[in-house]
Amino acid sequence: MTDQAVLDEIKDAVTKNDVVLFMKGTPTFPQCGFSSVTSRVLDHLGVNYVAVNVLEDQAVREGIKVFSDWPTIPQLYVKGEFVGGCDIIKEMFETGELRSYMADKGVLETGSAA
Amino acid sequence: MSEMKARIEQTLTRAFAPRHLDVSDDSALHAGHAGNPDGAGETHFTVTIVADAFENLTRIQRHRAVNKALTEEIADGVHALAIKASAPDEPASP
Repeated sequence: MTDQAVLDEIKDAVTKNDVVLFMKGTPTFPQCGFSSVTSRVLDHLGVNYVAVNVLEDQAVREGIKVFSDWPTIPQLYVKGEFVGGCDIIKEMFETGELRSYMADKGVLETGSAA
Repeated sequence: MSEMKARIEQTLTRAFAPRHLDVSDDSALHAGHAGNPDGAGETHFTVTIVADAFENLTRIQRHRAVNKALTEEIADGVHALAIKASAPDEPASP
């Protein structure tokens, strides 16, 4: 029952921006522990990202679940590719994979790649 | 034991015949938080699962498989589901 317009809007957001985090709340005022952890990992790595607060838009909140075929939030997109939710980001961060992934995608801020 | 925890265990056992399965009910830790406003709900769970079925699957595929198996449980009020899914003999296996 998801409106095609919302799916188009999401598609547009993940295409136009290198890194997009769909989260509850904002990086400064996260409204959920899982969203908070995920945004802090990105901050720690020095990744520039666009945060979309799904709590501000019910259509996006439901739409992103359909778009990604993923039932939970947060959700991270890099260069249009779905990377995962909080558990996956955390795991990839702990093994060092996330940093290499972000470096490969060229989305680490200069100076933080080392 | 919480009813939803038992239900999740049963569903995952049936779906994956796991070598290791641990479902913990974290709902009380989230009392007052969205999804469990009065603290009485069975809403927040962590699933640690090791199964042969996860071999050669990416992380995303593993999570999708677990989420898919638990579609009904999620529809019935599971608000947050943390997943640690691995195949046997992986370093991440508990």
